[in-house]
Amino acid sequence: MTDTILRFEDVQKAFFGVTVLEGITFDVERGSVVGLVGENGAGKSTLMNILGGVVPLDAGQMLLDGAVHAPRDPKDADRAGIAFIHQELNLFTNLTIAENFFISDFPRRGGLPFLDRGQIRTRAQQFLAMVDLDVSPDVRVERLTPGERQLVEVAKALSVDARILIFDEPTTSLTARETERLFEIIDRLHQAGKTIIYISHILRDVMRLADSIAVLRDGALVVHGPRAEFTIHSMIAAMVGRDIEQLYPDRTSAPGAEVALEVRQLSKSGICHLIDMTLHKGEVLGIFGLMGSGRSELAQIIFGLDDFDEGEILVDGQPVKELSPTRNIRAGMAFVTENRREEGLMMQATVSDNLALAALPAFSTRFVRRVRSSTLATAVRETVDVLSIKVNDAFRSEAKGLSGGNQQKVVLGKWLMTKPSILIIDEPTRGVDVGAKFEIYEIIDRIAAGGTAVLFISSELEELLGLCDRILVMGQGEVLGSFDRAQFDQEVILRAAFREHAA
Amino acid sequence: MTSNRWTMPVLRNMPAILFVLVFVLFSVLDPRFATFTNFSNIVSTSAFVGLVAVGMTIVLLTGGIDLSVGATMYITGAVVGMLLQDGVPMLAAIAAGVVAGTAWGCVNAFLIARVGLVPFVATLVTLTMGRGIGLLLTESRQFILPQEMRYAATNYFGIPLPVIVFAIVVAAAVVFLRYTGMGRQIYAMGNDLEAARKAGLNTRRLTASVYIISGFCAALAGVILISQQGSISAGLGQGVEFDAIAAAVLGGTSLFGGVGSVFPGTVIGVLLVQMISTGMVYLQIDLYLQDMVAALVIFFAVLIDAQRMRILTRLERRNIRVEKGPAASDTQPAAASP
Repeated sequence: MTDTILRFEDVQKAFFGVTVLEGITFDVERGSVVGLVGENGAGKSTLMNILGGVVPLDAGQMLLDGAVHAPRDPKDADRAGIAFIHQELNLFTNLTIAENFFISDFPRRGGLPFLDRGQIRTRAQQFLAMVDLDVSPDVRVERLTPGERQLVEVAKALSVDARILIFDEPTTSLTARETERLFEIIDRLHQAGKTIIYISHILRDVMRLADSIAVLRDGALVVHGPRAEFTIHSMIAAMVGRDIEQLYPDRTSAPGAEVALEVRQLSKSGICHLIDMTLHKGEVLGIFGLMGSGRSELAQIIFGLDDFDEGEILVDGQPVKELSPTRNIRAGMAFVTENRREEGLMMQATVSDNLALAALPAFSTRFVRRVRSSTLATAVRETVDVLSIKVNDAFRSEAKGLSGGNQQKVVLGKWLMTKPSILIIDEPTRGVDVGAKFEIYEIIDRIAAGGTAVLFISSELEELLGLCDRILVMGQGEVLGSFDRAQFDQEVILRAAFREHAA
Repeated sequence: MTSNRWTMPVLRNMPAILFVLVFVLFSVLDPRFATFTNFSNIVSTSAFVGLVAVGMTIVLLTGGIDLSVGATMYITGAVVGMLLQDGVPMLAAIAAGVVAGTAWGCVNAFLIARVGLVPFVATLVTLTMGRGIGLLLTESRQFILPQEMRYAATNYFGIPLPVIVFAIVVAAAVVFLRYTGMGRQIYAMGNDLEAARKAGLNTRRLTASVYIISGFCAALAGVILISQQGSISAGLGQGVEFDAIAAAVLGGTSLFGGVGSVFPGTVIGVLLVQMISTGMVYLQIDLYLQDMVAALVIFFAVLIDAQRMRILTRLERRNIRVEKGPAASDTQPAAASP
């Protein structure tokens, strides 16, 4: 007989009349690691939000150690011993690490309302030691790298002595080494008898960690069973409900000969060093590099968000004197940042407003600059169809209601409508599920086929291999290698990234 | 490019440096400026704005704003004045005035934390309505206060009473913000409201408390100001919100929440604002120009401040690569330019 710590019984949830979860029932065994997978919008996050007290359930119930678990708010779930490590970090960057640990319940000095800073510091040090993070607890979080912040978040969860730990996509902003470190910590927690629910789109990580795997699709539990019964292929099949033969679309176009962007000997102290790069029209040029290799920073410099010390940037063969985003956009450059939540979308605005934003000038009348709304609406409708963005009403629904994959499609669709000459995309598929990934690749191919030069930055080598015409490898702010499609070899490129080549 | 070693500390301590610069400037232009009496005067006259600015800083830390502080001061003054005329003992009248002012802060708290109005709109409403209530209560009469209410001129240990009150409130605010859980939670909420909710903080209660605190501070400021002026007129506290917000921002408090301090930040800001207006009186600058000059100085200070924050975030960013070998000099203060 198995020892069940948590039981979902016919859990149901609907948002605004749309069913998100329909009758989820399954048991979580004490001390096990459960991998929870499914496409974006399959209901994983909603289910975990219910468990973590973020939203209430509509029908059904949860049993925690045999007793009904109905948290009214996250604090309630905390007290029940459920720690939730969210995908988006919930750290206060203006406070110290130690303050972040205790923000909702500070240790006090006696009965007085004053903080016991000594106790806060010693206890914070203990938590940091548990995740092997060698940083002073008095450091403000804004000074930490994304990886360090993630570990702080884990340490925070450990600080409440949780019975069940939920990890929601914890590795999206981690380097390979940081990810391995996190996995070691998860292993250690597992050995210490903690129950862990691990959500991820990176299926090999799920295979590496989980004892059992639960697959959700369209708000229903498709299958739940021990890891041995799954392969990555069967997991994907269960997630999308069909076999996916092809992970990447065929490229429909070939790069042109005309140079769209050229970077010569670009250097910036502490960021990058003598970067040379040529980007042709219609080409998809991949930049592969590990976290902290300088790839995103290079994109920021090219787009004019940051300055540089030496070197030259040529757009359409013309040297650009002073780079600024405004000038670059006018010159036909577009930038999709890695941070779509904060930088790529207006969350409160409708899907159609988001799509139309960059293309508005093209839809304005000559003199008064009045927006021709009917032609614009047609174009928006077309884009929504072409990109198969899943939205009830593109003209009414807010962007924040979309799943991650669909949000990313909106961001890309925005640029598809303006037809930029140069498009820089930074990690477009981070936190996006398999099905939506394929669609995003298709969109990128379509944009390139229209003659746009695409600079595709990613830390997932497979997708670059699948889609790019050429791949540049970056590390420590330098270009470490350049590979044409014919030379693509996963091992050689990885080795280049880790600098194991002859210098 | 200038050396980071010098830029960082200079930018971080900009408010203090600005303070010294303005002080030196006025002292050079008019020798009477740099006297102890004058300085003590500046501190004493800035006490009431300072009190309002302390409350304002706490509100700004949450990302909110309180435009109604002037009206709160007027209501407080009106209540004190009327009760005194009816023969109520002075201390009781003052207590009632402070309660009335704090209650007006509670109205803000209710409108913002419970009804869910945007702070800007809610406090704009209470600003206008509060002035109306004050006028209604006083029938726009002017009260001349009895001599006993002029206690503001009293010195204890050689320090004027308003300065003592200001110092106590500043100390309390510093302890509150730095050493209590609620204080740290206010910073947290200003940094990321959504995350604060997820962390289980009672954001409604926190929001409500900052407006009540601001109301209390403004009420105290009202009591101090009427005792300094010796009278209560319809213009009491008018425009104080501008000085208070300016002082807080000059002292490094962000209008977007989460960043700032009462001490040294806002205290320096308050003294700076008062120093500028006193300095102009010394230099006999045309009365009609003074407001414009003050506004311009504040405008430029805030402008510099915005730039400062941008440069600071850029400088504090971590380096990806460690320049090595012959390029090692790159990380040192660059002496040569290309």
